[in-house]
Amino acid sequence: MIQMEGSKHIVARAERVSHLYKRETALKDVALEVPAGSTVGLVGPDGVGKSTLLGLLAGARKVQTGCIEVLGGDMANLAHRTAVCPRIAYMPQGLGKNLYSELSIAENLDFFGRLFGQSKRERAHRIARLTAATGLSGFLERPVGKLSGGMKQKLGLCCALIHDPDLLILDEPTTGVDPLSRRQFWELISTIKAGRKEMSLIVSTAYMDEAEGFDWLIAMDGGRVLGAGKPSELMAQTGTETLEAAYVGMLPAAKGTAQGEIVIPPRQGEDGEPAIVAKGLTRRFGKFTAVDSVDFEIERGEIFGFLGSNGCGKTTTMKMLTGLLPPSSGEAYLFGQAVEAGTLAMRRRVGYMSQAFSLYGELTVRQNLDLHARLFHLSADRARRRIDDLAERFGLGRFLDELSGGLPLGLRQRLSLAVAVLHEPEMLILDEPTSGVDPLARDDFWRLLVDLSRKDNVTIFISTHFMNEAMRCDRISLMHAGRVLAVGTPEELVQSRGGTTLEAAFIAYMEEALGPGEDGVGAGELEARVPEEATAKPSTGFSLTRLMAYALRETKEVLRDPVRLGFAFIGSTILLFIFSYGITTDVDEIKFAVLDQDRSAQSRAYISEFGGSRYFREEQALRSVAELEARLKSNRISIAIEVPPQFGRNIERGSPPQVAIMVDGSNTMRAATMSGYVEGGHQSFLNRLADTTGHETQGRQPAKFATRYLYNPSFESIYAIGPSVPAMLLILFPAILMAVSVVREKEIGTIVNLYVTPSRRVEFLVGKQLPYIAITLANFLIMTFVVINIFGVPLKGSFVTLALGALLYGAATTGYGLLIATFTSSQVAAVFATAILSMMPTFLFSGFLQPVSSLEGGARVMGMVWPTTYYMHMSVGAFTKGLGFADLAPDILVLVIFIPVFLAIAVYVLPKQER
Amino acid sequence: MGTLSNIFWLGTKEVRSLLRDFVMIALIVWAFGPGLLARATGNAEAVNNASIAFVDEDHSALSRSLMGALTPPYFQEPVLIEPDELDRAIDQSRFTFVVVVPPNFEADVRRGLQPEIQLNVDATAVIQAATGTAYVQEMLMDQIAYFAQRSDPVAVSAVDLVVRRAFNPNGIQPWFQSVVALLDQISILTIALTGAALLREREHGTIEHLLVMPLTSFEIATSKVLANGLVIMFAFAISLTFIVEYSIGVPIAGSRALLFLGTFVYLFSAAAIGVFLGTVARTMAQFALLMLLTIMPMMMLSGGMTPIESQPAWLQPITQLLPSRHYMAFSQAIVFRGAGFEAVLNEFLAMAGLGIVFFGASLVLFRRSITMSR
Repeated sequence: MIQMEGSKHIVARAERVSHLYKRETALKDVALEVPAGSTVGLVGPDGVGKSTLLGLLAGARKVQTGCIEVLGGDMANLAHRTAVCPRIAYMPQGLGKNLYSELSIAENLDFFGRLFGQSKRERAHRIARLTAATGLSGFLERPVGKLSGGMKQKLGLCCALIHDPDLLILDEPTTGVDPLSRRQFWELISTIKAGRKEMSLIVSTAYMDEAEGFDWLIAMDGGRVLGAGKPSELMAQTGTETLEAAYVGMLPAAKGTAQGEIVIPPRQGEDGEPAIVAKGLTRRFGKFTAVDSVDFEIERGEIFGFLGSNGCGKTTTMKMLTGLLPPSSGEAYLFGQAVEAGTLAMRRRVGYMSQAFSLYGELTVRQNLDLHARLFHLSADRARRRIDDLAERFGLGRFLDELSGGLPLGLRQRLSLAVAVLHEPEMLILDEPTSGVDPLARDDFWRLLVDLSRKDNVTIFISTHFMNEAMRCDRISLMHAGRVLAVGTPEELVQSRGGTTLEAAFIAYMEEALGPGEDGVGAGELEARVPEEATAKPSTGFSLTRLMAYALRETKEVLRDPVRLGFAFIGSTILLFIFSYGITTDVDEIKFAVLDQDRSAQSRAYISEFGGSRYFREEQALRSVAELEARLKSNRISIAIEVPPQFGRNIERGSPPQVAIMVDGSNTMRAATMSGYVEGGHQSFLNRLADTTGHETQGRQPAKFATRYLYNPSFESIYAIGPSVPAMLLILFPAILMAVSVVREKEIGTIVNLYVTPSRRVEFLVGKQLPYIAITLANFLIMTFVVINIFGVPLKGSFVTLALGALLYGAATTGYGLLIATFTSSQVAAVFATAILSMMPTFLFSGFLQPVSSLEGGARVMGMVWPTTYYMHMSVGAFTKGLGFADLAPDILVLVIFIPVFLAIAVYVLPKQER
Repeated sequence: MGTLSNIFWLGTKEVRSLLRDFVMIALIVWAFGPGLLARATGNAEAVNNASIAFVDEDHSALSRSLMGALTPPYFQEPVLIEPDELDRAIDQSRFTFVVVVPPNFEADVRRGLQPEIQLNVDATAVIQAATGTAYVQEMLMDQIAYFAQRSDPVAVSAVDLVVRRAFNPNGIQPWFQSVVALLDQISILTIALTGAALLREREHGTIEHLLVMPLTSFEIATSKVLANGLVIMFAFAISLTFIVEYSIGVPIAGSRALLFLGTFVYLFSAAAIGVFLGTVARTMAQFALLMLLTIMPMMMLSGGMTPIESQPAWLQPITQLLPSRHYMAFSQAIVFRGAGFEAVLNEFLAMAGLGIVFFGASLVLFRRSITMSR
C-alpha cells in the first residue's frame, strides 16, 4: 500500500483492485490513496490501466475485485454511488468522447444542466459564465463535430463543471490537442482550482512534461502501480533528472532498460532533385479547408517531421502525397513526378504506414509479410531473404506464426514498419506511427528509422504530436489548422523564437499566426462560486426533467441525421410499395395452349371456357404431344389442354371423353391455384352443357355452394395485404432505428453520461424512445395515406381507434428495439439482430401468411406473444371489416401490456455501469 | 499475369480472413444447412390446419357427417357455433371458414333439389382462403356425393377431366421452396459477406494500405468478388447435394454443370452488388440499413414469392433490374423443367450484364468514396 505522508484527508482509495477484460488483465492488485484538494496525476503510456482505474473511480465501471472508496463510501454500493455522483465529474478519454457531435455547444451544455436538474435561469447563467471563462462564448451555436480538438476539450471541461463537482476526473484531457490549446487548458484548470480550493482533481496523461506541474503523481505500468509521490520525490528516488527518465527507471527490469540516448549520425548532404515537393497543396471538404496551400521540399535520405495536433491536416497532406486523396488545388511531386499521374511503378518506390497500423489482424505475422511480398511481386528467393532479414532486424522472429491481431501494440507497430519497408522503398511515409506506444518501444522504433535513413538512405516523412520525437528529425514543419507555420531544423525553430523548448516555439508561432482568433484564451475569469446559485441537490429519484432532456436531445440528433431520417421515412414507404405489389396471390394471365384433336363445336366450346377468362391467355395451338412437352419445358406455356378425338361425339353418345390437362408444377403454389382454375373452367363447361342440352342427370351436383368472400368480395389480395404490410413495417423500422440509436451511444461512448450522472435507466430509455414513437406515428400516417389513396383500400372502421393502436404499437415495437439494444454492442449487430429476430414472428406467425388461428405449438405461442399479431388484426379489421373501438378493444388491451414488459426487461438488462 | 497473381493472393487473404471469422462461418453453415431445411419444409402445404366452424341448422346424419369430412392436416377439428355467433366470430378472426348447412338439407339432397350450402370465407386471409375454399368444397362435395350415391343411381359426369402436374407430379411443396430458399440464402450471404469484407477493410484502414500499393481498384474489387463468391459457391454445392437432393429429394432434371455455371454468374452479380453497397455506405451501420433495403426487394420480387406475371404491369420491367429474378427463372428451368442452355441464355446474359454494371459502378466510385471516408 502506498501511503500518503501527513494526515491530509483522502478523497479516493483503492485496495486490491483487479480488473479483467475477457482474459486480458487491465489492473492487477492495485492499491492507492488519492489526497483531497490537490491535483493528482496518473502517468504512463496507453494501455497500462489508467483509463480503467479512472473509470472505476468515477463509478462508470463496475468494480470486479477489490474495493474502491470515493468521497467516503464504497463505489460498489449503488446507494452511495447515486448519492455522490452529483459531486463527481468525469471526462472520458478521446476528444469530445462524451459530447454529442450533432448538437451545438449551447445545446450540449444545456443537456448536461438538465441532467443535474438545473432550472432554465440557472442553466443560462452557468452556460454564460463557463463559456465566457473558456473563450467559447463566441461559438455557442457551432456543432461540436465542427470544433477543433482544443475547443472540444474545453467544452468537455465546461460540461464537467456545470454542476460544481467536488471531484473532477479527467482522462488524458490533452492528448492530441495542439500545444497552445494545451497550455490554455492547464491555465484554465489552475484558475478553476484557485477559485475552488476544496475541489480534488485526478488527471491522467501520457505527456511527462505536463505531469511535472502536478502535486502528486502515480506512475503505472502493465496494470500495476510502479510508484507514487511528489514529482521531485520520484526523480530523487530513481536518481534521474527528468520525469520521463524517472518513469523508465521505475519500470521492472524485465522490460529492459533504456539503451541510452538515441544517437543520430549527421546526414551526408546530397545533391539531386528533392524526394518530395509540395507546392500550394490544398484540400477542401465542402466548406472546410483541411489543408491550406502547403509548401515544402524534402531531400533524399532526410527525416522530415510533421508536428501538429489531431485534425490539423497532417493525415490529409500525407494522403495527398500517397495519391489516396486528390488535392483540390496545388501540386505534389515524388521523385520529380507528379503524384496524380502516379503510376503503379511509382507506388513501388514508396512505403506507407497509416495511423491505424493497418494490418490484417486475422493473419499471422508471416502471412502478412508473405502477402505483401506477393503483392509487390518479389521473387520467392528475394522474399524469403527479405522476410528473414526483417524478422531478425525488427525482432519479430519469435512471433512469426502468431496472429498479428493478438500482438502487443509495440510489436504490431514494428510489423507495420516491416511490411512498409519489405519491398525496399526509397521513401517512407509514416502517419503518427508511435502514438499509443510506451516510451521504450518508441525509442526502439526510432532506432530502426535512423538506421533506415542513415544506412539505406531512405527518405522518411513522419508525423507526430510528440515534441521529443520532432526534435530527432532532420527538419520539421509546424502545422496548425491546415497551414504550415514554419519549416526548419528543430534547433533553428527553437532559437528563432528565442525560447528554450520546441513547445514554446510552436506556441509562439501559433499565437503569431492566429492572433486573437477562435482558439484564443477565454476573456473572463472564472469567478468563485456564487453561494445563492447552489440550488437544491438534483433529485436521485425518477425525474421527468431528465427524461425530457434525453427526449429533446434525441429528437435534435435524429432530425440532424439525414441517413437515419431518410431510412425512417423513405425506406418504409419504398418497402410498403414493394411488399404490397410484390406479394399477391392473384394468378392471372396464365399462358395456355390446346392440342385439339377433335375440332368440333363441342371442343371449341370447351376451350372457350378458358380462353374467355381473364385468368388465362391462349397461345398458339399445339400440333403434337412432343410440342406440348417442349413448350412446357421452355416455359412458353404453363398449361396444356389435350382434347381427345371424338370429343363431341362421345359426349352426345353419353360415353364421357377424357380431357387431359397438364399444369406446370415447378412452382407448387402457383400450380395449386392453376389446378383450381382449371377445375373451375371444366365445371362451368359441364354446367353450361347441362343447361343447354337438358341432360339433367349428367354432371349435376347433388348440392350447390354459395361462397361468400367476406370483406373482400372481389377477392383481390391488395385488400388484405395493403392493411397488413404497415403492421410489419411499423415494427421493422422503428425497432431497428431505436436499437441503433441506443447501441450507437455505446459505440461512440456517450453512454458514459448515463453511468456518471444522476440519470436513471428508465429516464434514459424512455427519453430516447419518445422521438421514435413519434416517428412511428408519422410513418403510420404516411402509410395509411398511401394505402387509402394509392392502393385504393378504403378505411371502413374507426381511424381514431386505429391511430391509438398505432401509437401503442409504436411504444411496443420501440420497446422491442430497446430490448435488443441492451443485448447487442455494435450497430451492425443491432440491425441484424433486430431484423432477423423479428422477421420470423412478424412474417410467419402474426397472421400475415397464415391466420394465427391455424398455427400450432411453438408457432402459435410465438404468434400470441408478438405485438404484430394484435396490431395486424386491428389494421385488417379496421380497414376491411369496418371494426370500431368496441371490437378492437381486446387488441388494444394486449398491446398496452407489451409496453411495460419490453421496457422493464430492457431496464433490467441495461447495465448502469460498464464492465 | 501480374494482375492474376495479385487477385489470387488478395483472394487468398480474403478467404483466410473469412475462415477466422467464426460467427460468419457459423452463419453460413446454418443458412445452408438447418436453416435451409427448415425454410423448405416448414410451410408444407398452402392449406394447413385451417380453422373452420359449422352452423348446423339441419341436425341430420348428413350434416353431422359433413363435419367429419374435413380432416387434418388441412383443417382443424370443426367447431359447432350458433347462427348468431357467425359474424362476430369472423370479425375476431377466430375462424377462416364458416359452413352453414341450411334446414332440411339432407331431405332436399334426397329429393334431388340441389340445396345450397353457404360457405363464408374470411377473404382477408387471402393466401389460405383461395386454396382453402377449393379444398372445403371438394371435401364436402365428395361426402355429399357419397351420401347421394346410396340413395340415387350413380351420377355420371359428361366429361372426365384428368389434371396432371408436369415436373413435380405430386406437387411436393418443399421441392419448390428449397430452390427459393437457396436463392434467398445465397443472395443474403453473398451481399453481406462481400460488402462487410470491404467495409471492414475501410474501418480498419487496411484498404488505404492496399490502395498505395501497386494494385488497381479492379484487382482489389475482383479479389473480393471472386473469393467470397467461391466460398458461397462451395456452400451452395454442398447444400444442393446434401440438403436439396438428398434430404428433400428434389430430382434435378437439367444439367448440373449448367446449374453451377449459372449460379456462378449470379454470385458474381450479387457480389458486385455487395461491393457496390460497400463503396456507397460510409459505416457498417449504414451498410446494414442499405442492405435491408436491397435484399428485401430482391427476395420479394424474384418470382419465388409471387409469380412475375402476377405482379403489376408497371413493376415487371423494374424487376428486370434484379439479378435474383433472372436467377429464379434460370434455376426453375434447370432444376424442374430440365431446360437446355438456349432456353436460359437470356437469363445468363441478364445476370452477367447486371453484374458488370454494378461492378463497373463500384470501380468508378471505389477510390473516391473510400478515401473520402475519413
